[in-house]
Amino acid sequence: MNLLMVFKVALRALLRNKMRSFLTLLGIIIGVSAVIAMVAIGQGAQKRVEDTFSSMGSNLIIVRSGSHGAGGARGGVGSRLTLTWTDLEAIQTELSSVQVAAPVLQTRAQLLSELDNWNTQVLGTSPEYFLIRSWSMASGSVFTQADVEGATQTAVLGQTVVDELFGANYDPVGQAIRINNVPFLVTGVLEEKGQSQWGEDFDDVVLVPYSTYRARISGGLQQYIPGSIFVAATDPDDTSRTELELTQLLRERHSIAELAEEDFSVHNLTEMAEAQQEGTRTFTMLLASIAAVSLLVGGIGIMNIMLVSVTERTREIGLRMAVGARPTDILAQFLVESLTLSIVGGLLGVAIGISAAHLLSKQYGWSLYIPPDIVIIAVLFSALVGVLFGLYPARKAAKLDPIEALRYE
Amino acid sequence: MTTNGTLVALDKVTRLYRMGDVEVQALRQVSTTIQEGEFVAVMGSSGSGKSTLMNILGCLDRPTSGRYLLWERDVSRLGRADLAEIRNQTLGFVFQNFNLLARTSALENVELPLIYGGLASRKRHRRATEALQRVGLGDRMDHHPNQLSGGQQQRVAIARAIVSDPRLILADEPTGNLDSRTTAEIMGLFAELNQAKMTIVLVTHEVDVAAYASRILWMKDGQVVLDQPHTPSTPLVLSHPDGDQDPGRPEPPSPPDRSTDGSIASLAAQQAHT
Repeated sequence: MNLLMVFKVALRALLRNKMRSFLTLLGIIIGVSAVIAMVAIGQGAQKRVEDTFSSMGSNLIIVRSGSHGAGGARGGVGSRLTLTWTDLEAIQTELSSVQVAAPVLQTRAQLLSELDNWNTQVLGTSPEYFLIRSWSMASGSVFTQADVEGATQTAVLGQTVVDELFGANYDPVGQAIRINNVPFLVTGVLEEKGQSQWGEDFDDVVLVPYSTYRARISGGLQQYIPGSIFVAATDPDDTSRTELELTQLLRERHSIAELAEEDFSVHNLTEMAEAQQEGTRTFTMLLASIAAVSLLVGGIGIMNIMLVSVTERTREIGLRMAVGARPTDILAQFLVESLTLSIVGGLLGVAIGISAAHLLSKQYGWSLYIPPDIVIIAVLFSALVGVLFGLYPARKAAKLDPIEALRYE
Repeated sequence: MTTNGTLVALDKVTRLYRMGDVEVQALRQVSTTIQEGEFVAVMGSSGSGKSTLMNILGCLDRPTSGRYLLWERDVSRLGRADLAEIRNQTLGFVFQNFNLLARTSALENVELPLIYGGLASRKRHRRATEALQRVGLGDRMDHHPNQLSGGQQQRVAIARAIVSDPRLILADEPTGNLDSRTTAEIMGLFAELNQAKMTIVLVTHEVDVAAYASRILWMKDGQVVLDQPHTPSTPLVLSHPDGDQDPGRPEPPSPPDRSTDGSIASLAAQQAHT
């Protein structure tokens, strides 16, 4: 008996009990679509984390001033300024694994336009900063090295700041704003970044040259950097080497003894990204395994219905054996029946799962990512469920004694 | 009767069943042969072993000991898959309750053995059509079993039995569920097939049915106690079964009283009494 014939016989048997076949199918459909939808949402969240960190710069390392210890009470990171401008220079020039480095000084300040005012974060930095964070401009341009050297009153605005000060869809390039009452010329607007994973608005920011920042917004000691240093590693895949080199360089420069505590700290953003991704990965796994349980239940449904079917058709099996069906023919027939159920269920489940994921993401604004191979995996997996749960009933049918099967009432 | 070869040879075939601690001997050292072209009626009360004999002849069961040669092939030790192939190629079955697949047309029911025989669709269709025409159902091929009368259903079953052109047809009380007029029709069909050189073994309780056969086997307690030739379509007269008077064994059926008609009918009546 060839496979096509086996398939025809199986299809006939399934169509004979349409309602029952449909309900069995439903179990698999729900299971597979749940897996697909959950994986799509989970992967979407994971991808979003990835995107967030890559927009922050995947090769980003942050160096901060160290803690301050006095009279036994230890301050937190940055409680004492230890990083100097010459440290920055050394980082920029001495380390080959450092692509660029930029100082970041930040404070909150009141902004004023002709129309409105807004309190936001002001960053004093150098043009390299935009490179490190791979931020591009929506309009206008970044302030230049000349602006830094001349301490010009120029500013680059984030989209949120533009919205608050000028209203949406306004191009403020060339307009003047006041930061803490100091007039600044807007040279550019950043492209919209959206929110970070933890709700920080990347667009609610204004950037000015660090020299201007020090002169006009918030001063500080001449020698020390009242903020942190952002470093872009040359090789994004080997940020830990850059991290090590930075640490060695700064220990040397700060004359820190072999075992003594460092007076600065170095953070690798890739590590943070990995930790975040680990979290969402666990979350995805959790969702998928819950969904897989429903697929398992669907499989049990198949087994149940196949067992009923075998019992119901005992005489038919006996007759088929009497006219020449070998045990393997009977096995194949029932196995193909359960396989047909599970594969059709799997395909429908994939379709429904994808639409459900789209619907959910539209409704709740979740990001979505459907890995193309998940479709194949889902169908193969449901086929596996079909074989696994179809095997026992099929074997039971194949093992029937033709004499007793024919006599079965 | 033409006997141009031995089709079935049973040599001391025994079949034991174990029911808990009790061992039941369904067949005790049965030895007999059936020639090609014979029409054998197997009779006997229930529990006499005639069903077991049919199961073994039909390769649905295997003897516990002894040998069964079917068409010169020893089938007594074959596996399930090989037996299935022999049933498919060499044997045809007709059952008391027809055993047709419901919601399946007569034609497809008849095609069933050919599907397992691996025939191509067009060939299957042609041979099934021929078989149905042969049993007089050429105009009912698309009907489902529930649209057919009992006699017609049994004709479909007979068509299914002959469609693969088997060597031997085994019929287990094929008229048990039919009225007397339909019984005569069906038995006429069997007689026709036998005249076309088909070998038939038939189990029956009814004397009228057995009367169509060319040879009668009477079974009791797992043994053949009577084996006599018979001219088909004549009243059945039973001779005294010689050579089976072993005192250690259970009594064979008491020979019919010669003072009465001596037919197998009286034997059957006695059996019903005991």
